[in-house]
Amino acid sequence: MEEFDIIGQPLPKVDAVNKVTGATPFADDLSLPRMLYAKLLGCHHPHARLKAIDTTQATALPGVVAVITGADLPVKYGIIPSSQDETGLAGDKGRFVGDPIAAVAAVDEETAERALELIQVEYEALPAYLSIEEALDQKGEPIHDSGDQGNIHKLVSLEYGDPQAGFSQADYVRDDTFFYQGNTHLPIEQHAALAHYTADSRLTLWSSTQTPHYVHRLLSKALGIPMSRVRIIATPVGGGFGGKCDLFGHEIAAAKLAMITGRPVKITLTREEVFYTHRGRHPVLMWVKTGVRQDGSITAMHFKTFLDGGAHGSYGIASTYYTGALQTVTYKIPAYKFDGLRVFTNKPPCGPKRGHGTPQPRFALEVQLDKIAEALGLSPVDIRRRHLVEENSHTVNHLRITTCALDECLDKVVKASGFREKHRQLAYGRGIGLACGSYLSGAGLPIYWNDLPHTSVQIKLDRGGGVAVYCGQADIGQGSTSVLAYTVAEVLGVGLDHIQLTVADTDLTPIDLGSYSSRVTFMMGNAAIQAAEKLKALLLEAAADMLELPVGALAARGGRIFCVDDERRSVPFEQAVQRAEAQHGALVAMGSYTPPKLAGPFKGSGVGPSPAYSYSACAVEVNVDPQTGEIKVEKIWIAHDCGRAINPLLVEGQIEGGVYMGLGEALMEEQSFRRQQHKSPSMLDYKSPTTLETPEIETLIIERPDPGGPFGAKEAGQGPLLPVPPALANAVYDAVGVRIDEIPITPEKVLKALDLKRQGKAARVGPKGIPNVTFPKPVWVEPHSGAPKLEAE
Amino acid sequence: MLRLPPFEFLAPRSLAEAVALLAERGSAAMIVAGGTDLYPNMKRRQFEPAALVSLRSIPELRHVEGTAQTGLTIGSGVTLTQVSQQPLIANAYPALAHAAGAVSTAQLRNMGTIGGNLCVDTRCNYYNQTYHWRKSIGFCMKKGGDVCLVASGSERCWAVFSSDTAPVMVALGASVCLEGPQGKRVIPVEALYRDDGIAYLTKQPDEILTEIRLPPVDGLRTAYWKLRRRGAFDFPILGVAVALKLAEDGTCTAARIVLGAVESSPVEAQAAEALLIGQKLTREVIEAAAQAAARPARPLDNTDMSLSYRKRMAPVYTARALAQAAGLNGDQAA
Repeated sequence: MEEFDIIGQPLPKVDAVNKVTGATPFADDLSLPRMLYAKLLGCHHPHARLKAIDTTQATALPGVVAVITGADLPVKYGIIPSSQDETGLAGDKGRFVGDPIAAVAAVDEETAERALELIQVEYEALPAYLSIEEALDQKGEPIHDSGDQGNIHKLVSLEYGDPQAGFSQADYVRDDTFFYQGNTHLPIEQHAALAHYTADSRLTLWSSTQTPHYVHRLLSKALGIPMSRVRIIATPVGGGFGGKCDLFGHEIAAAKLAMITGRPVKITLTREEVFYTHRGRHPVLMWVKTGVRQDGSITAMHFKTFLDGGAHGSYGIASTYYTGALQTVTYKIPAYKFDGLRVFTNKPPCGPKRGHGTPQPRFALEVQLDKIAEALGLSPVDIRRRHLVEENSHTVNHLRITTCALDECLDKVVKASGFREKHRQLAYGRGIGLACGSYLSGAGLPIYWNDLPHTSVQIKLDRGGGVAVYCGQADIGQGSTSVLAYTVAEVLGVGLDHIQLTVADTDLTPIDLGSYSSRVTFMMGNAAIQAAEKLKALLLEAAADMLELPVGALAARGGRIFCVDDERRSVPFEQAVQRAEAQHGALVAMGSYTPPKLAGPFKGSGVGPSPAYSYSACAVEVNVDPQTGEIKVEKIWIAHDCGRAINPLLVEGQIEGGVYMGLGEALMEEQSFRRQQHKSPSMLDYKSPTTLETPEIETLIIERPDPGGPFGAKEAGQGPLLPVPPALANAVYDAVGVRIDEIPITPEKVLKALDLKRQGKAARVGPKGIPNVTFPKPVWVEPHSGAPKLEAE
Repeated sequence: MLRLPPFEFLAPRSLAEAVALLAERGSAAMIVAGGTDLYPNMKRRQFEPAALVSLRSIPELRHVEGTAQTGLTIGSGVTLTQVSQQPLIANAYPALAHAAGAVSTAQLRNMGTIGGNLCVDTRCNYYNQTYHWRKSIGFCMKKGGDVCLVASGSERCWAVFSSDTAPVMVALGASVCLEGPQGKRVIPVEALYRDDGIAYLTKQPDEILTEIRLPPVDGLRTAYWKLRRRGAFDFPILGVAVALKLAEDGTCTAARIVLGAVESSPVEAQAAEALLIGQKLTREVIEAAAQAAARPARPLDNTDMSLSYRKRMAPVYTARALAQAAGLNGDQAA
């Protein structure tokens, strides 16, 4: 008999039919009687004090029901407890072009839009800071009066072990600088929310959010009403990628307008406003120094990152730490130093985007390894393969490694792509590159400090055999709701047609922290198994009574409970349910999951720990046109260690989606600014690849079950993005011999590097240096006892 | 979402009715065909016409007549999908079919018309932005302001003429038929354009472009190469259309090279053409012509990619287009 009935099967998503037939109601599809429409007025200056806002004319426009400004929403909030620097609408000053400063509710969108033009704003322009350098070279008033100093939001310095000793023992030391441009999530669904404040003083907000629980907490704070009177319902999300993880001004404004008017208020952002809402990939300037022995083993690494944070803190403190956290989880590093700095700039705020803070350093690390391999005469495969972290070990920065199938990932990708036969051997213009990556299966710590469960699942059994499952998780298209159904159905031994799902509703469902950090399958899956096992025990007990057999002789599969040795002796599932209900009363069970305590004994150890890490290896083959600099990606091979594929179809979809997104970042996506405002806030002008730029992707799912994961599963949603940009950069080098140490790798940069090469100069395009910043004395951390040791020579 | 401003939608059933409506409404009315260019601009408040006169219900504008031997007439209301796929057009004028098929996406080509693509509004990334964006940066002379943001101090607007099909039409020697209250006139297609980002058409606002007349093929060899970031969606940031005639011994007897998306109108590279006439099209000859063709191109920094890159690509794309048209092997098609 197969081990599982549902787990491991390539099943369609439970919501697939509704999605493809258009029946799924997204937030903007919702409508309530007497509903009003809201629009936001964005700031016209990159940095300006709001001296006066006159809403008289706007309020007087027929059809306008209410107008609010920052004065109506004075409470500061922020997703990270130590970065409380946002308000629902900007109050004292606007901090980027598009920063929402007022909101109008009217009978229709056209009227609301007309009213925006009637709002008179008196600005006092302030010096604006559009880059890391400008922010550091602060000429006037800083963007915030919070943060570490001036425009510096966060300064971090951590030292693990003895990097100095490590570098002195190295046979080869090199340092390189890299830049990874900022880019945005570009979800197809623009953010939308509908707020309804009823006569019983209760507020309901439907919103396209990845994190209903955090929105619940923060909205309550921003509006000054208790959480018990706020209900958040996360509607199906048409693409999140990290861009719908904060509480946003439009959600607060809609709620406030609903409270003022007593009427439901809906707001849907324009595409341009989505670009301003942002919270996307941080532009990161990096400097990395690595020492290696002749065999390619790393003796020490020093990593410096400079993050261009945009106008708010958002997740930025976590982002900063993430740019230094996961360097250690792929290859053995016995000594490590990390300096990180995040500045505020007058641009839309950055935050978490797929891979949150880790694709940038992964790019730098994997490209530098390629350079080191060449310098030492090693194969890019061997320099990686020979020095992988060990399973059941710890890293120097106290991250616990459980399973790691990166060896298998590398072997399979190298074989499938023919890497060893192609590398350095293809005709000029063609090339192949290799890189690896790793990502968390859920953050080990929540966003706000608490020791409560990270997720809970409730299951209620119906006498007719129905299985009602409740969980606060929000499906953002990755299929987490389907995973919930598969998991419960598998444990209870019923078909998916038994399962009814209620999700992401803070009134009805137990808390799940949200769809971020690749945590849902891992954490919710464990909670769902726990809840289902509790009920299964009751059902087996009931069936055992009915069949007059010991519980140990029974199994639950295929909608019945039967004797393992004689399948004819069986009880249908619903009869077992009835018997159990007669014995115990209503059949309801809860399961919860709290990650093990994984953080190390030092400040800053909260970012990076995860109950398990996924691993990926990727090979990219390209064809570079030396005359135009254009890069055609011929094929991508990717192997991803996800522990166990709960549904291989969804895993493959996630891997392909990650590869596609990584390719877009690597080739063209770019948040660019000109004259202090976003240059291209539209889907036409912000270039993101189409299907025509997406090559064949050969996906190899590597399954090595992790003991901590549900059925052994680890994540697949974010990790596969990570190796793509560096593998592409390495492939371009293999093709035409130029190093583009900067993402995106555009045709212009390739041509520039080829020109330099022709002139006999260093054939490289990338940052020239890093700002002269004195980092604080590092927090010194004794390496974990289970970490790789710096062996004396 | 962005909403359209209010307007009256007029749907005449005949050309005569449309001409009469335009005359009656005057400058308050605009013409709309597929709407793929106009409606997004209206949403961003580049245009707020009181009325739109739609050409969609006029059967006279949807014909394709003639043969390769006699020349073709194409009604202005024929969709870009049809232009790209009709065997009659694709066989006789492959570069035209290719250019029409390179416009935007399949969905937009199903709506967009050949007449609309010839009259498409000039583009500039300081102009094709929302009202809020333009207000924040300061309105430019093409809409609402009196300065040029891409070339400060400029007296004129430098918005880029971004039609894919127009350079091909010029290279083919096509003419267009315009009908208005003053009657009907036929002009060479290049006479439709003016090198001015604002007044880029010589067509009067009350005139309707009714049809395009293509000359007999007569051995014409054509190619169109389009530079853009992606294989779909994107407007050209450089377009090169070439049309050649070669004698039996391979000597070039006629040549037209027309660049698109480098100025506010299609630019014909006459000096480069002269270098081809009477020559056999070797790599060297093509290279020299390509360098000469790129010289009149004066792109500015107001589209995707840098202007230096677009300038640098002009000879590369010209050479590739010429090689393709001349039947030289070794270059892949764009």
